[in-house]
Amino acid sequence: MKQYAVLRVVIRLLLPLILLFALYVQFHGDFGPGGGFQAGVIFGAGVVLYALVFGLHNARTIFPPWLLRLGMSLGVLIYAGVGIVSLLLGGNFLGYGALDAHHPEHGQHLGILLVEMGVGITVSAVMISIFFAFAWRGR
Amino acid sequence: MDHLPALQVVLPLFCAPLCAVLGRANLAWMLALAASWLTFLISALLLHEVLQQGVISYAMGNWPAPLGIEYRIDSVNAYMLLIVSAIGAIVLTAARPIVDTRIRLPENKKPWFYAAYMLCLTGLLGMTITGDAFNVFVFLEISSLSSYVLISTGRDRRALTAAYQYLIMGTIGATFILIGIGLLYVMTGTLNMADLALRIPQVSNTRTLHVAFAFLTVGVGLKLALFPLHLWLPNAYAYGPSVVTAFLSATATKVAIYILLRMFFTLFGAEFSFKTMRLDLILLPLALIGIFSASLVAIFQTNVKRMLAYSSVAQIGYIILGISLASLTGLTAGIAHLFNHALIKATLFLALGCVSFRVGAAKLERMAGLGRTMPWTMAAFVIGGLSLIGVPLTSGFISKWYLVVGALERGWWPVAMLVLLTSLLAVIYIWRVVEVAYFKPPPENEVIREAPLALLIPTWALALANLYFGLETSLNAGVARQAAATLLGVTP
Repeated sequence: MKQYAVLRVVIRLLLPLILLFALYVQFHGDFGPGGGFQAGVIFGAGVVLYALVFGLHNARTIFPPWLLRLGMSLGVLIYAGVGIVSLLLGGNFLGYGALDAHHPEHGQHLGILLVEMGVGITVSAVMISIFFAFAWRGR
Repeated sequence: MDHLPALQVVLPLFCAPLCAVLGRANLAWMLALAASWLTFLISALLLHEVLQQGVISYAMGNWPAPLGIEYRIDSVNAYMLLIVSAIGAIVLTAARPIVDTRIRLPENKKPWFYAAYMLCLTGLLGMTITGDAFNVFVFLEISSLSSYVLISTGRDRRALTAAYQYLIMGTIGATFILIGIGLLYVMTGTLNMADLALRIPQVSNTRTLHVAFAFLTVGVGLKLALFPLHLWLPNAYAYGPSVVTAFLSATATKVAIYILLRMFFTLFGAEFSFKTMRLDLILLPLALIGIFSASLVAIFQTNVKRMLAYSSVAQIGYIILGISLASLTGLTAGIAHLFNHALIKATLFLALGCVSFRVGAAKLERMAGLGRTMPWTMAAFVIGGLSLIGVPLTSGFISKWYLVVGALERGWWPVAMLVLLTSLLAVIYIWRVVEVAYFKPPPENEVIREAPLALLIPTWALALANLYFGLETSLNAGVARQAAATLLGVTP
């Protein structure tokens, strides 16, 4: 891809915006359309774009396999962990209201934020892993 | 104690990613083992509580039903939860020697096997426990996707195509189920099963509802390997690792049958399913043809695992036959056979796991003389086989008995005759294995030792359970009768 100067420059300009948009969708999920799944896919797509233009090796240095494996598991652990914490604090499983004893609505906010974060981490890690699994074949 | 319904599903779910990050196969196995036995304990407690106090309802995230997701446990799914978690725990106990040697995964990927196993358990338990139709679909996908992965780890390379075939068929089935649920949601505006059951009668004359019923029946039929839709099953079971086959054959199709029961009797109601849609006219012939053809095909298999896979199709036919009778006795027979067949097939497939651990593959000719070289393994196989045939004093007899009585109650004596006749077909294919194992000399140039205790003990625990539940029928037949009464809405 060394010869496509325009492509490289444009992608270099766009990539931060794509990743930022992913974060916007992620953290806007509790007010409007969006959420962890969509954000994870956008983030993953950003990384795929990077890998296509700047090479698989560079992408793998940023996201080594162990990190992706950890991310996949970590997201689920965050999700289920929030559920268990709210259970220990006296609510039902995933009853976020229990996370803040005095202001249940704050607890709701915190709970959905954390859960969506877990979803986002797992989804982006899985998206990137699937791409690597195909692109890295035969090397 | 109040949170047992949530923990039932959350415990294996939480354990799955932990297994994956642990990185050591042995640690992952121990963690998964602890989690699966705890899950079993929880399901036993839940069944006890349901039998004592009646229906348990749990609001996920404190959102009350019908808006939120409700976990609703009555005698039917408490019974199913017990079957799934018990088999899951026992099979996982035996899993370690087989995962160590007999699956095609590099050492550093083996913890992921246990993660997939735990996810599969999560999905199956979730499908069973939930009272929300869409949640059923979500858990169905969790269990299906992880079971494709589990099957593809088989040592034979054909496991990959078998898993792929299952993936395609399973995805079609899941899509049909989703379309059915979507149509129900369009017509009623709710996804909660109890709420759906109230609202469906108001719209039961519409074409949309009939279409939803058809989509759901075919979709679930694909997942449970109902006769003409069973083609994915033999390969998936034959080429998957023995522990996976033992686990899936005893649980996955059973949970699909449970979904079918829920749908016919709770959601749509027996009146609609069997009087308006005349489901018995479809299910009865399919069940009978399935029993006959699959048993016949099983007789001609040389791969013993594949033989038992076809026998599974036939046994599912018996369960469907019981359901299609739509009477208390028939339904009891079907539900009791869910339990008994889970025990039988787990025993047989685990025994085959012992065999393939020592001799390589579960081919008929490789089993020559095993009655002498592996006496304990083959004795367990014979007990499982007798139970499969339905010999008195084994658990298989109980369900066959109820089935015959149920058919006679309806005055369908040819059906009763056919049940007895097809049991003879089971005698033939079990006998083929027994003949080779006990009456042929073992190969002279190789030494075959008995399977390790780590495999033998779980196998024998299951074999003894086959005998125990043939004599002590308060759990398999007693609770099954109560579950059947719950489904039909009558007192037992």
